[in-house]
Amino acid sequence: MTDVAIVGIGMHPFGRHEGVSGMEQGAIAVRRACEDAGITWKDIQFAFGGSREAGDPDRMVSMLGLTGIQFINVSNGCATGGSALFSAFNAIRSGAFDIGIAIGFDKHPRGAFTPRTQTGTGVDWYGSSGLALTTQFFGMKINHYMQQYGISHRSLARVAAKAFRNGANNPMAWRRNALSEDEILQSQMLSYPLTQYMFCNPGEGGVALVMCRADIAHKYSSRPIFLRTSVVRSRRFGSFEVTAPHLALEHGDGPTIDASKAAFEQAGVGPQDIDVAQLQDTESGAEIMHMAENGFCEHGEQEHMLARGDTEIGGRLPVNTDGGCLANGEPIGASGLRQVYENVLQLRGAAGVRQVPNDPKVAYTHVYGAPGISGVTILSR
Amino acid sequence: MSEAVSISDEVLELTADGPRLIGARCEDCGNYVFPAQSGCSRCTGSRMQRVVLGTQGTLWAWTIQGFPPKSPPYLGDTARETFKPYGVGYVTIPGELKVEGRLTEADPKRLKEGMRMRLVTVPLRKDDNGRDIVTFAFEPVEGESP
Repeated sequence: MTDVAIVGIGMHPFGRHEGVSGMEQGAIAVRRACEDAGITWKDIQFAFGGSREAGDPDRMVSMLGLTGIQFINVSNGCATGGSALFSAFNAIRSGAFDIGIAIGFDKHPRGAFTPRTQTGTGVDWYGSSGLALTTQFFGMKINHYMQQYGISHRSLARVAAKAFRNGANNPMAWRRNALSEDEILQSQMLSYPLTQYMFCNPGEGGVALVMCRADIAHKYSSRPIFLRTSVVRSRRFGSFEVTAPHLALEHGDGPTIDASKAAFEQAGVGPQDIDVAQLQDTESGAEIMHMAENGFCEHGEQEHMLARGDTEIGGRLPVNTDGGCLANGEPIGASGLRQVYENVLQLRGAAGVRQVPNDPKVAYTHVYGAPGISGVTILSR
Repeated sequence: MSEAVSISDEVLELTADGPRLIGARCEDCGNYVFPAQSGCSRCTGSRMQRVVLGTQGTLWAWTIQGFPPKSPPYLGDTARETFKPYGVGYVTIPGELKVEGRLTEADPKRLKEGMRMRLVTVPLRKDDNGRDIVTFAFEPVEGESP
């Protein structure tokens, strides 16, 4: 097995971009990633691309140049970026290719995601009944968790306030205004206990990552970052996932716990070795629960960690240093790759004012998406 | 009261004894699913038998839907001025499974995990014949106070 390095990163800013198609944002990210690696599109041997609502990614070759490469489209809900990365990682690791690219972009209409449910029956009784909203799942999961483990409403606000503070220092972020915890708590209640500013919004943006065999990485970058592992897991019986008309009586671990355990095992490191982490924060409760599900603390410990500022940029374990989904919004195809982009910047020591001060060597990303899928990566320099 | 029609006979039957949810049970391992499906999520078998699910249970997790869902697909009221928030939760049906459904209660102070709930229906809108299109919901059992 060949080791894999990330040698070029490119991003189109997240947010709302009138008059710029989602695919164009993806193409801009690709050109920037190639430029960062000192190559052109002609040097790319393969691509994996993801987009939910901005067109089939492989159509992008007409903008970038018709070089005849294999360009595979991937789709796994909010975890699409994780799947593109997993695929690219294994394409190189297997020895089939020397250098390729993972691409994600999207452009969603305003408002909550339109429920897209298939319940097995001909009629969409689930959506018609006023169920099937992803926001409901997030509300129920954190509400249940808060009662089980003593997490407060204030902690939900702390997570969101941190996200907007970090976003304010990120020129690529959508939401760049800091908000106070009280403003967050007092905004409209969307799905109890989660308020408007505790939720991320569907948005727009693009990210691309050039990856190559580790033994040739120095040809392209003076500071290659190594992808130690990339893991994707679907749900097992008994887990509690988004848009489920029923759950089993018995409880089983969710896909995040499974993906995290496998990633640590494959990379040969543990949670204590991680210097910076980007965790799926579809809403602020998700970041809290994902801290424990990814092995960074015990259930309930988050309450004190947040009060102490452990997950701030200068804290013991900085989490979502670029503002996460809350400040960047969520263009589904691009979201998981944004996390890796941020970790590459952090490991290169190139994150500017939001650089974590602990001279980071190992970094962690986690995405979660419908209908219950998680993707984890571990990077090191 | 006007005549009622189920949102889908495949999941909700309106009987003289009240509403009934239709699921399936695995003949191999006894696992329950809702709605009915052809395969078992637990043992991967495919011998699924249609069953009527229990109508009483306890609240396992809940939230309040605070904004009008997009329509389509939602059939209920989506006007900002008149929309009324509604509860959503999972109810544990003992010995069977947890079912997700609307709750008739939408006040966070009046909902508590573990409280007893029973199956009822709520109207979404009128059909072309003036009948109420109804879906299922769970309501707190009388005398239950959090």
